[in-house]
Amino acid sequence: MATESHGAEAVAAGHAAAESAGMPQLAVETFGNQIFWLLVALVATYLILSRVALPRIAAVLAERQGTITNDIAAAEELKLKAKEAEAAYEKALADARSQANEIVEATRAEIKADLDAALEKADAEIAAKAAESEKAIAEIRANAAESAAEVAKDTAKELIAALGGEVDGRSVTAAVNARMKG
Amino acid sequence: MADNAHAAAADHAAEGTGLVFHPMDQFKVQPLFGGTDVSWYTPTNAMLWLALTVLAVFLIMVVGTRGRAVIPSRGQSIGELAYGFVHKMIEDVTGKDALVYFPYIMTLFMFILMNNFLGLIPTSFANTAQIAVTAVLAFAVFFAVTIIGFVKHGSHFLGLFWVTSAPLAIRPVLAVIEVISYFVRPVSHSIRLAGNITAGHAVMKVFAAFAGLVALSPLAILGITAMYGLEMLVAFIQAYVFTILTCVYLKDALHPSH
Repeated sequence: MATESHGAEAVAAGHAAAESAGMPQLAVETFGNQIFWLLVALVATYLILSRVALPRIAAVLAERQGTITNDIAAAEELKLKAKEAEAAYEKALADARSQANEIVEATRAEIKADLDAALEKADAEIAAKAAESEKAIAEIRANAAESAAEVAKDTAKELIAALGGEVDGRSVTAAVNARMKG
Repeated sequence: MADNAHAAAADHAAEGTGLVFHPMDQFKVQPLFGGTDVSWYTPTNAMLWLALTVLAVFLIMVVGTRGRAVIPSRGQSIGELAYGFVHKMIEDVTGKDALVYFPYIMTLFMFILMNNFLGLIPTSFANTAQIAVTAVLAFAVFFAVTIIGFVKHGSHFLGLFWVTSAPLAIRPVLAVIEVISYFVRPVSHSIRLAGNITAGHAVMKVFAAFAGLVALSPLAILGITAMYGLEMLVAFIQAYVFTILTCVYLKDALHPSH
């Protein structure tokens, strides 16, 4: 096996030595073949690239660019919308807050008014009751003084009678009255 | 006959030392179906690997992008990456007005790139190591650029060689240097590519020959591995360099004033 391949190599090497010592690239007799196939390959490559590959890739890249631009625009729009929504929300919040304050104020005023009215009414009632009571007390006091005077007169008459004295109504009354004035 | 026998004997002598170097055999153009005659239409290994290059370009750029997805698949990403890479290179180096030549430059880039990488497959044939191939590519660029320059600017294109920013006295000297450098461009352009690929492949082959020696084989295999990694880099960089130089030359044709 090894000797066989060595033999083949040796024969090939012998041919090479006979043909050209050094660089096979400089063997002019193959240039025609190389250049012909090179031109064929170049034209094929050019046609593949310019007719199919490059327009396709250019289209894909353009489409991607378009998609990205669209997406960015959409994102901007959504951002704007979000800002608007936020502003609207803030406004609604502020409105609600001021409205709540108004309601609180109104309710407070109403309650105060009710309270004042009730107080006034109560005061008036109290005053009336107090006046009535005073009157009653004064009456009672007057009645009491009168009753006391009468009792004193009767008592004095009885005492005088019991002691055997002559009862002089007028003088007794005068005396009791003078005492009552005290 | 006697000559052949002599050569064979010499080879056997070389085999005796255990080392057989044929680092350049891989660059030989050979007919695919036997025989030794190579006429212009013979199917050769060169033709086979050129065809596989076209197939590779087709697979990456057409089959890979067949989904046309807005969110690309992995295969589509590779095609888009290659597209964007060359597109941006032309825009940055040459300018937006050069984008009409984008398909041509893209063809050059993909063709050289795929050839370089396919050439790295063991036992394959590296077309970009052939001076006949790179010279055609480089001269195509050279003639295209020169014709575009004259069509767009007429005789003003010659202003490229007349450096108005230099003092008048040394302008003729600079003009001679500029003209020489202009005509050397296709030569350096083609030899840079073929030379890089040839050298890398030959070095790997030499390492491979050393792998036949038991004592040296671990080192040789390590060397092949390292060289292979380096050659992957070279394969891309040389395709990039060829393309970006094309863009630079095209810029001279489109905007000849310095």
